[in-house]
Amino acid sequence: MKYILLMTGTKAGVDTCRAWSPSDVQAHFKFLMRLNKELSESGELVANEPLAAPDEARVVRAGKDGTPVTDGVFPESKEFLLGYWMVDVESPERAYQIAARLSAGPGPGGVPTNMPIEVRQMMSRKTDEPA
Amino acid sequence: MKYILMMTGTKAQFNWYASWPKEDLQAQFEFMHAFNKELKDSGVLVATEGLAFPDQARIVRAGRDGEPLTDGVFPESKEFLAGYWIIEAGSPEQAYKIAARASAAPGPGGQPSNMPIEVRPVMSAPPPEML
Amino acid sequence: MEHLLRELAPQVLGAVIRRFHDFSSAEDAVQEALLAAALQWPREGVPDNPRGWLIQVAARRMTDYLRSEEARRRREFEVAIESGQMATAADSAPETDRDDTLTLVFMCCHPALTPSSAIALTLRAVGGLTTAEIANAFLVPEATMAQRISRAKASIKASGVPFQMPSSREQDERLRTVLHVLYLIFSEGYASSIGPQLQRVELAREAIRLTRGVHALLPQHGEVAGLLALMLLTDARRAARTGPDGELVPLPKQDRALWDQAEIAEGIALLTAALAKGSIGAYQLQAAIAAVHDEAARAEDTDWPQILALYDLLKRTSDNPMVMLNHAIAAAMVHGPSKGLELLGALDSDARLAGHHRLDAVRAHLLEMAGDREAALAHYRIAAGRTTSLPEQNYLLTQAARLSEGAASPDVK
Repeated sequence: MKYILLMTGTKAGVDTCRAWSPSDVQAHFKFLMRLNKELSESGELVANEPLAAPDEARVVRAGKDGTPVTDGVFPESKEFLLGYWMVDVESPERAYQIAARLSAGPGPGGVPTNMPIEVRQMMSRKTDEPA
Repeated sequence: MKYILMMTGTKAQFNWYASWPKEDLQAQFEFMHAFNKELKDSGVLVATEGLAFPDQARIVRAGRDGEPLTDGVFPESKEFLAGYWIIEAGSPEQAYKIAARASAAPGPGGQPSNMPIEVRPVMSAPPPEML
Repeated sequence: MEHLLRELAPQVLGAVIRRFHDFSSAEDAVQEALLAAALQWPREGVPDNPRGWLIQVAARRMTDYLRSEEARRRREFEVAIESGQMATAADSAPETDRDDTLTLVFMCCHPALTPSSAIALTLRAVGGLTTAEIANAFLVPEATMAQRISRAKASIKASGVPFQMPSSREQDERLRTVLHVLYLIFSEGYASSIGPQLQRVELAREAIRLTRGVHALLPQHGEVAGLLALMLLTDARRAARTGPDGELVPLPKQDRALWDQAEIAEGIALLTAALAKGSIGAYQLQAAIAAVHDEAARAEDTDWPQILALYDLLKRTSDNPMVMLNHAIAAAMVHGPSKGLELLGALDSDARLAGHHRLDAVRAHLLEMAGDREAALAHYRIAAGRTTSLPEQNYLLTQAARLSEGAASPDVK
């Protein structure tokens, strides 16, 4: 079963992370690398993409003649996707377990960030089992 | 450079989509099918995925002993990720053009839906300050 | 020649593992032997004893490897473990080629493995698919699949299971697992066969091929024949499942001229022979149901009372909630939609079906049959919101849309 684990943050949240000490940043990064390695070795990691900081985010709509109309202004409260992990696991519980691991990543002073991780099931292009 | 193009919606918007008339659904399926094929054939498409409707969405945090704490209650206004494209583009402008085309997917009554597509660069390597 | 090599590969692998007790290294050695054959045989001709040739080359590679110090120590350790178990297997059957392949199949489906590990390992070691092909079939990166296969092999090694046929007491149980793994491979392949073929390897065909292999090794086993029949009778409908725009076409609407009559005939023949042997298992019953569907020239000719009777039997041997859903549909076709809805009511308390889109989809279908358009529409939409299959979602949304247009439906029979 394929699930996607979404790590999000507001602009304020991201700014707070930017204020972490370099060693805290390194520790968090190392934590993620170790977790990724573990998930690769268990054969569960399908994809992981970190996204660039929300400064570069744009919302695009089609203008009247189809040309893109872009907007870079967002409400303070907007949750930006920071990165996602796609996993292939045996059960939803396993997906939640992995999400909990992500949530427990170290923040300032090594204290777990306890950040919320959204867990969603992926749509597949397959049908159900044969009836 | 990789970009992610994201389609989101509130629960109400997901339900609204589920109520579209047959012809409009059909037009949208066909559009997406053709759009994805074109992106794939031109070598631009890296990945595209759909996410399941948000009813099963969960927020997970690590509990005291690392056990996952799950919560399925969300504010009405929450934007849920519905699907994404990851594309290879030479410039942000090129990415916005493709996003504008996705935004022009047909909606009810055959009119372009003009849905907002968020565009973000995808990190291909850890940021320099993390190394 | 490629066909010959694919057929011989599991036999050779089995023989090498039996001799050297080292799954991973045996795999590498056999791969090298197959490569050597692919290079040399076109030039020099296929040897008189191709299997013997491959075993010899692989064995030489193994000996070279095993000469290394580290490998020798590890091997001594493993032999020490296994000699304790091997001693008790003195009465096991003579080790012929067929037993080696069957033993390999049994080992790959060891109950200690998760279903996805067993599937990956079976496709790799018995099917001879490359890791890349398997990864592609399951839409995961090659590295992920490689890890899964490595870990599966490590699990088997750690479990200490000797390379031999399980005792006859364990065989039935193990065979059940084998059949289940093969069925899962078929299901995966069949479900993926909608829309454009993304992968070179057709899992459904591979499952059929592997099951034919097991059937050839165990011709007396009714459930093996039953599974093979079920696969053939289901696969026969494949071409009719997809519409011109890649949309899902449900069974009652399929163009039966597109059904593969040869597969249907073969499936029915297999099933008839199996049933004549007296035993009736779940796969044989499911195959029988598929046969009744496949024998109907038109949807309206379907012998629903026969199908209902078969589901009544199947319910007794199978705990599967999907069987209960199909039983409810059959009951509705014979006794009317209220009967079907009544049976669904009993399933509402089944935890395994809670929130499952099929329960809502079946309910929607029966409500429509019963004339309750509003409720049917609501349940189609709920089902659409719950499914994780894009083709199913499209289909369910389209049904909902059809009903909301208010037209009296010609679709429901």
